Amino acid sequence: MSNNNSTNKHEIVEKNVGLMAILTVFAISFGALVEITPLMFQKDTTQPVDGLRPLTALEMEGRDIYVREGCYNCHSQMIRPFRDEVERYGHYSVAGESVWDHPFQWGSKRTGPDLARVGQRYSDDWHFAHLMDPRSVVPESNMPGYPWLNENVLDGQLTAKKLEVFRNFGVPYTDEDIQGAEAAVKGKTEMEALIAYLQQLGTHLK
Amino acid sequence: MTSFWSIWVIVLTLACLALIFGLLLWNLKNYTGVEEGESCGHEFDGIEELNNPLPKWWTYMFFATFIWSVYYLAAYPGLGNFAGFLNWTSSNQGVTSLEESKQATEEAKANGHWVQLDKEFEAADERFGPIFKAFAEQDIETLAKDQKALEIGQRLFAQNCAQCHGSDARGAMGFPNLADNDWLYGGTPDKIKETLLQGRVAAMPGWQDALGDQGIKEMTAYVLSLSGRKVNQKDADAGKAKFAMCAACHGMDGKGSVAHNLPFGAPDLTDNIWLYGGSQRAVEETLRHGRAGVMPAWKDILGEDKVHLLTAYVYSLSQEK
Repeated sequence: MSNNNSTNKHEIVEKNVGLMAILTVFAISFGALVEITPLMFQKDTTQPVDGLRPLTALEMEGRDIYVREGCYNCHSQMIRPFRDEVERYGHYSVAGESVWDHPFQWGSKRTGPDLARVGQRYSDDWHFAHLMDPRSVVPESNMPGYPWLNENVLDGQLTAKKLEVFRNFGVPYTDEDIQGAEAAVKGKTEMEALIAYLQQLGTHLK
Repeated sequence: MTSFWSIWVIVLTLACLALIFGLLLWNLKNYTGVEEGESCGHEFDGIEELNNPLPKWWTYMFFATFIWSVYYLAAYPGLGNFAGFLNWTSSNQGVTSLEESKQATEEAKANGHWVQLDKEFEAADERFGPIFKAFAEQDIETLAKDQKALEIGQRLFAQNCAQCHGSDARGAMGFPNLADNDWLYGGTPDKIKETLLQGRVAAMPGWQDALGDQGIKEMTAYVLSLSGRKVNQKDADAGKAKFAMCAACHGMDGKGSVAHNLPFGAPDLTDNIWLYGGSQRAVEETLRHGRAGVMPAWKDILGEDKVHLLTAYVYSLSQEK
């Protein structure tokens, strides 16, 4: 009944889980080696666009709030090169805009609109009203309100550290940027920080 | 891409395909030592694995994917720097400025190597361009009576303007009502178009430091009295005495920038229309901390032809039907 024919190579793989794991990793590594590895060494994907500047301390805090509140769950920051997207949102996103964004906020799903170029498209007042209560300005919106952002005040204790971490990633922050980071955000509300972050999005491709 | 990475991509891609192809071929023969259709010799809960060959339909589909991959890699840019015989690109991903992007598009058009996105835009321009052009040649007063122009304008409005001004264009606190014929920067077609193309930045300064609590109270009383509200007359008189500081933008009579042909966007204070609320508290707040209304510029986003239609739509809202 049982068949232990040693020429059955299927059985060797099927019955040795370690070997199977190694072969699996081997098989799937091709995709990453071809599609991801070269990008880390391409000028096309590592060179910042001409107008790129590091986020200010306040914008950096706003970015962290963007991540904390999970904005990326419903908003992408990636305009694809299709006419409908370019007409609605503006010039398609290019790699050089995201080189200092760690981790990038491209997102993967749009419940709300793309935000890659939302900067300067609405006024600060609009963002304030919209974040406090989205339906006060867009009645059909299903976005939640974030009124607590206007109550939480930043103390700036970790801001300098955040900039330093990003400097280690290769973002050109100066010593003055880092020294002044705490003072730049201290006493500002989270709302101000988030709006500052939103208002610079996509404005660096000039 | 440097030639090293180009070769890296080519070698790995082809090696991967070759390995999978070899694996498929190898699996077409029976090496197990078990007759086809016989049991492989293990059984769980009465379920046995039989040594059946790969299903024919599945195998043929697998071969078909290989044929497709050969065509795909020959036609499209999949193998390193090899552009593919169709010479197809989705976009100019490597550009570092808008200027460069424009140049890349022009160059591509000039040498016949079209980028997919540019092709789509060109096709759209051929189809829709003449429609917008025909409207752009007519003046705004005419368009404001043209049903078709207004329908297009209304859609553009819903997509781009309704977020602030509301889908009925009647505004919200801080965002002007566009249907009431009360204008901050002028309601002539030219002025509306200028506002849309270039945007506007209004800056009402805060007067808390200059006026103090008592001064704010008095000025509020005077400002409210301008539109016929009942106020404490003593306060209002005291406010009136200091109104010269407001007159630079609102005019000595408080009738606002437009009435005095000034470019500041300062509202008429006498008409009982309140951009930031007309309650005593709201007016005090405005006086204390100032206001900064911003209308974004739409020239680069929508282009002049679409702005022309939008202008006609906005203009039509406050015209007698």
